[in-house]
Amino acid sequence: MKQVNQVKLSESFLKDDAHRESHDKNLWAARMRRDEVARNIPEWEEMRELASRIKMHTLANLDTYLEEFEKNALANGIHVHWAKDAQEHNEIIYQIFAEHNVKVVTKGKSMLMDECGMREYMGERGIEIYEADLGERIQQLDDEPASHIVMPAIHKLRGDVSRLFAEKLGSDPAKDDPHYLNSVMRADMRKNYIRVDAGMSGVNFAIAESGGILVTTNEGNADISANVPPLYVASMGIEKVIPRVSDAALFVRLLSRSALGFHVTQYTSHYHGPREGQEMHLVIVDNGRSERLGAPEYWQVLKCIHCAACMNTCPVYRRCGGLSYDAIYMGPIGIVLEPSYDLHKYAQLPYACSHCGSCGNVCPVKVPIPEYVLTWRKILVDRKEDLLTHRLQMDLGAMVLNSSKTLEMGLKVALNALRYIPKGVMESGVNPWAEHHTDPLPPKETFREWYRKQEETDEKPNKQ
Amino acid sequence: MKIAYFVPCYIDAFAPQAAISTYQLLKRFDQLDVDFVGRAACCGLPLTDMGYSKQGCKIEKNFTSMFSGYDAVVIPSGICAEEIRDHFNAIEQTEEVIRLRENVYDIVEFLHDCLQVKALPWAKFPHKVGLHNGCHSLRYLKHARPTELMIPEFSKTGDLLSLVEGLEIAYPTRKDECCGFGGTFSVWSPGCAGQMVEDKVNDYARNGIQYVTSADFTCLLNQQTAADKLGIPLKTFFIAEILNGSAVL
Repeated sequence: MKQVNQVKLSESFLKDDAHRESHDKNLWAARMRRDEVARNIPEWEEMRELASRIKMHTLANLDTYLEEFEKNALANGIHVHWAKDAQEHNEIIYQIFAEHNVKVVTKGKSMLMDECGMREYMGERGIEIYEADLGERIQQLDDEPASHIVMPAIHKLRGDVSRLFAEKLGSDPAKDDPHYLNSVMRADMRKNYIRVDAGMSGVNFAIAESGGILVTTNEGNADISANVPPLYVASMGIEKVIPRVSDAALFVRLLSRSALGFHVTQYTSHYHGPREGQEMHLVIVDNGRSERLGAPEYWQVLKCIHCAACMNTCPVYRRCGGLSYDAIYMGPIGIVLEPSYDLHKYAQLPYACSHCGSCGNVCPVKVPIPEYVLTWRKILVDRKEDLLTHRLQMDLGAMVLNSSKTLEMGLKVALNALRYIPKGVMESGVNPWAEHHTDPLPPKETFREWYRKQEETDEKPNKQ
Repeated sequence: MKIAYFVPCYIDAFAPQAAISTYQLLKRFDQLDVDFVGRAACCGLPLTDMGYSKQGCKIEKNFTSMFSGYDAVVIPSGICAEEIRDHFNAIEQTEEVIRLRENVYDIVEFLHDCLQVKALPWAKFPHKVGLHNGCHSLRYLKHARPTELMIPEFSKTGDLLSLVEGLEIAYPTRKDECCGFGGTFSVWSPGCAGQMVEDKVNDYARNGIQYVTSADFTCLLNQQTAADKLGIPLKTFFIAEILNGSAVL
């Protein structure tokens, strides 16, 4: 399979000032709101630590909690299904749809369903699926994947949406007022809600103690999908389970504040069974998760609660845009998660990082993302998935850096290059540094040369 | 106290003024017996950065043989200090290696935590100075409170700079956003890294910051040469130049 080249895929977005600046500004604003609301909670850092520990505890006892959850969910009247991978997930849901003669479906956001390619699978089998989340629907209309896991169309400008709606929904192309655009979408989606046969949603938290699921949205789209049709199907990864109802309070407090800097999501809905006359199904999916759980080098990625705080703060993500990762999960969590889905395809993602460490500090469940970036680079080298250019440079580098003698020679060569190679050559295309920087001015003498001279003259600076 | 002064390769070659100022500053303290180890050495950071840390064994052996046996190893570079403290793993972890890793300090930690410097009577710099806490020094060496963490405010770099007569500390709007150097990152992702540093120096300009200091010279080199390229007036100083009173406008 072709390897994703994030550097290349980010080029056009980086050069597009209007899109890049707006993207960077909007996400930075989310980060600033997050700081503001987090600052107002004196126990914020304790909450992060506690949330991390609860997640680690649950993951360490995942079998027990999943079984407890299943038992209670079944008692609540929820049909529970287990899927080992994406294929099984899609087959199970198709089977349910076939039995109920489902043709039209609306769905709330679900990263897991995206991961499983569920929409495409159903589309090929004649089932129409309408995304009910505004951003997700915009992306669906534009035939593009989501660029952010919470704000799927955040890379688009208002004008882009206006043009898209004019083309696909027949709205007035001259209007890009958000209220107008919203009303266009609302009118269009209502038509679907009326004729819908089934609703779908993802799951934010599954509570073992009560056998219910918790879904958070800001648009209420998951609620319409769950409440209007006679059939409701939700999917969750095995890592979504938490032990107690009281734990949900902690995670809900952390989630929206970390994601968008809001105190709470507009809709925090608990589904603890089908309503009267409705059938409710829940598919619990592994799809590589138990393998991840068994990997001591990076198992803590499973703590992630999908808030996207790491994306909002990432200086690389904000400037490159989420589509440049060409992956379901993008930004910091994406670059340490995607290689565990397909090592070769995503082998270059762990290099889309300047090691600033900010993601690790905003993560509400303390996934050690910065550490995992280095871990993945090591794994890539161990499994020979590193780039040949990297390997050659590092082999050469190690030869120079290995001993004092070679290092001193190497420094002399570098300095002489700066001193004597004509500026025209140094600032040409062969030097990638030159596009954004002047060459550093080579000093007349190195510290070592200065030190030797200074020792000879024994000139001592003033003592305190 | 017998200390080894380690000048990293890139400081030696590209920032002798930073190395000289740090050396002179250390020599001012009578309790210190400062030993400059004359030969060049590497801490292995480029290899760790790119995932080749297992190939760093010879580098780490060479470094250990040169810098063991001191009460402290002082480095004018946060990234190198962090490398040795947190990632010096290719070599067998003997008692000697563990002791070396524990005794490594960057210049800010050494002045602030070990010497607990409370006055710098020779230092005067009557200007508004932007303080850039490099990402490694900020978030791994914990030079200051990163804006993400809701913990009590502290700043070791700020404490030291506040001892300089006349100096006014300033910050850009995005106080601790990465400037995009990131070691090999700026080589492998020049487009993104270039945008990051452009945004950083523009942030200084918007806030009327013309002088910038940092405990990380790599960030300063990145910012200085980017500002020069864009024609934005900016002059950068390694923190020891200001603390030693040797910063020249």
